Amino acid sequence: MALLQIAEPGESAAPHEHRLAVGIDLGTTNSLVATVRSGMSVVLNDASGRPLLPSVVAYAADGSVEVGYSAEARQSIDPRNTIVSVKRFMGRGRHDIAHIETLPYDFVDTEGMVKLKTIAGIRSPVEISAEILKTIRHRAEASLGGELTGAVITVPAYFDDAQRQATKDAARLAGLNVLRLLNEPTAAAIAYGLDNSVEGVYAVFDLGGGTFDISILRLSKGVFEVMATGGDSALGGDDFDHRVFCWIIEQAKLMPLSPHDARLLQMRAREAKEQLSQHGEAPITVKLGSGEYVDLLLTTEVFTEITRTLVQKTLAPCKKALRDAGLTVADVSGVVMVGGSTRMPQIQHAVAELFKQEPLNNLDPDKVVALGAATQANLLAGNRAIGDDWLLLDVNPLSLGLETMGGLVEKVIPRNSTIPVARAQDFTTFKDGQTAMAIHVVQGERELVTDCRSLARFELRGIPPMVAGAARIRVTFQVDADGLLSVTAREQTTGHQARIEVKPSYGLSDDEIAGMLKESFSHASDDAFRRALREAQVESQRLIEATQSALADAADLLSTLERAHIDAAVTKLQTVMIGDDRRAIDAAMQALSAATNEFAARRMNQSVQRALAGRNVDQLSL
Amino acid sequence: MTTFDLNFAEDYFTLFGLPREQALDLASLEKCFRAVQAKVHPDKHAHAGDSDRRLAMQWATRVNEAFQTLKSPGKRARYLLHLLGHDPQIESNTAMPVEFLMKQMELREAVMEARSAADEEALEAVRSSLLNEIKVEYQRLAELIDVTRDFTAAANLVRQLMFQEKLLNEIDDALEAVTA
Repeated sequence: MALLQIAEPGESAAPHEHRLAVGIDLGTTNSLVATVRSGMSVVLNDASGRPLLPSVVAYAADGSVEVGYSAEARQSIDPRNTIVSVKRFMGRGRHDIAHIETLPYDFVDTEGMVKLKTIAGIRSPVEISAEILKTIRHRAEASLGGELTGAVITVPAYFDDAQRQATKDAARLAGLNVLRLLNEPTAAAIAYGLDNSVEGVYAVFDLGGGTFDISILRLSKGVFEVMATGGDSALGGDDFDHRVFCWIIEQAKLMPLSPHDARLLQMRAREAKEQLSQHGEAPITVKLGSGEYVDLLLTTEVFTEITRTLVQKTLAPCKKALRDAGLTVADVSGVVMVGGSTRMPQIQHAVAELFKQEPLNNLDPDKVVALGAATQANLLAGNRAIGDDWLLLDVNPLSLGLETMGGLVEKVIPRNSTIPVARAQDFTTFKDGQTAMAIHVVQGERELVTDCRSLARFELRGIPPMVAGAARIRVTFQVDADGLLSVTAREQTTGHQARIEVKPSYGLSDDEIAGMLKESFSHASDDAFRRALREAQVESQRLIEATQSALADAADLLSTLERAHIDAAVTKLQTVMIGDDRRAIDAAMQALSAATNEFAARRMNQSVQRALAGRNVDQLSL
Repeated sequence: MTTFDLNFAEDYFTLFGLPREQALDLASLEKCFRAVQAKVHPDKHAHAGDSDRRLAMQWATRVNEAFQTLKSPGKRARYLLHLLGHDPQIESNTAMPVEFLMKQMELREAVMEARSAADEEALEAVRSSLLNEIKVEYQRLAELIDVTRDFTAAANLVRQLMFQEKLLNEIDDALEAVTA
């Protein structure tokens, strides 16, 4: 007879419940989703068994949206309403986008991020990306048979704050709980490192459809430490296609093209490029809508010649990243190639020559990022297995600073600082009696504000009038583990404080997100309400489980009175979470959080002491 | 911000349980850093309550700062001298030996020349000879602080090293401009 199991008081009944978590590679050209299944990272295919989802979104007049292969098939029929490579527009203004004049879209002039006018209405790149993520989410939930606990979404390491924020917004809009934004080359390094259990310094060379990253990492037992990263967030396979496209127009002496013909030629250009990775030449034959014929032969020699400067453009960031890491080519044990564009022999040769070694191509360059992200998602969701206990230390890719007098930038956090990182800098007033200060946060490496990206502006008011130079304004930058920045300004003598989560310049405000969510739920407002309530209940359950497991581990750190206080808060939350009063649940969660603050601090101290105490340094292990 | 108890206020050497020495063993530092970071990093608390997650970020931030400070010999010396009550007064005290200043001016001119001539090799050559020089001076610094305990001389050397580190940054900027 089977015995019934009863959990010990205070212990969760199902402590080893497997939480559904995925890694999502939201690519310029293709997107993928992967998960960890019985200890193995696997890519989840669509119903037809295809791993890739083309990152293409097609809008129709009746308001319906198609994503993926079916949308891709529409790109030459309806180029204006079929959006490809939307990643290039994320967190970007009109002036940031290369070759914008050759794109078939109807851009709307708005402040901040560009928007596109489609037959279904005006759409922001965040909304378009959210359509891709929704399709991915549905694929994952269908495949795993349940609602996702959370997702790790990868971004190019060289993405700035605006681009990261936009990605996170798109995920929220798609109904995903973002466990972490993870840098693509770092994700690749995880997949590669765990697979091959290598040690040493590795370079990850990641050339995708629209972005280029180079990361230098040190891999050692259980730790992936990013030492430096560099790149170009507007350089990728698309640019190679564009060179071929321009070459076709020049060779065939074509007149100005219709959007339809332009898209057709861009597709042929890409096919020719891909063919050249396998063969010495690629024929390009097209009949255009204008009645003109194109019949050309693209050889490897010509392709190498017309794309030489693009290949060169990838090498300077590699050298810079090595310098930033304080290393030379001789220190690099291996170069891992990631991204479909590294299939080009020209890239392989250039990388081999620079690093004086043959690059490593033993992982599928299309899948490796998603596989690594899935491993990280599994860990963050709390599905921990033995041997899984590794640690990832990443960096911020670009320097963060403030505008000072004369339009100059004062760097507060230099690029390639290990995150999370915080840095404070003191500033003072310029005029006698000055009572306010305009704080302008910028990102970039250049000395002039106008050459850097503006992230946010805010004002600190209520500074007591003093002579110029007497006030002490401390501005603190904090970059979290997602690489996202928040800024606080505080007048030291009065303690007057202003605080901002950096996002308004290019990201979406919370109101905008709320508006979009409401719109997408407008036909199902009950759904939205139920979803929010369900999220609050899940969050409550998580908090209770976390508290109970902490109490089981370290009850000795609490006095009887403190313990009673926490227990009461747990009971209260347990009571209200069954109901449907969302506000009462939120309030009870906050009360429990507040009751456990001091306990959390003591536990953290204890675990730091335990990490070092009573042990010889040589015996430390992770 | 929450208030932190004593542990959080400890100096960086104590935090990692290491002796207050300039000649710090980097391998030990790294081991201790990783051991502590493995406990406090936000990724290790992703599924915990809000208080834990906020604390984890604060701790991880501090541990990173401590590691970066102790890892770099220049930053470590400045921090250590400060702890020992001999602040190097980097901003107020700018007195330098004439000889040293002459040498620095020469080097700076060489860098500017190489930059305008887009001479990557010349820049790399200046860079590697400067790096060697700095390395030797770091060793002397460790001796001054740990062995002879001549903190005044150490503070002077720290100020000179700041000059050289700044020049190194300028060379890196020049290299970036030349190779871009």
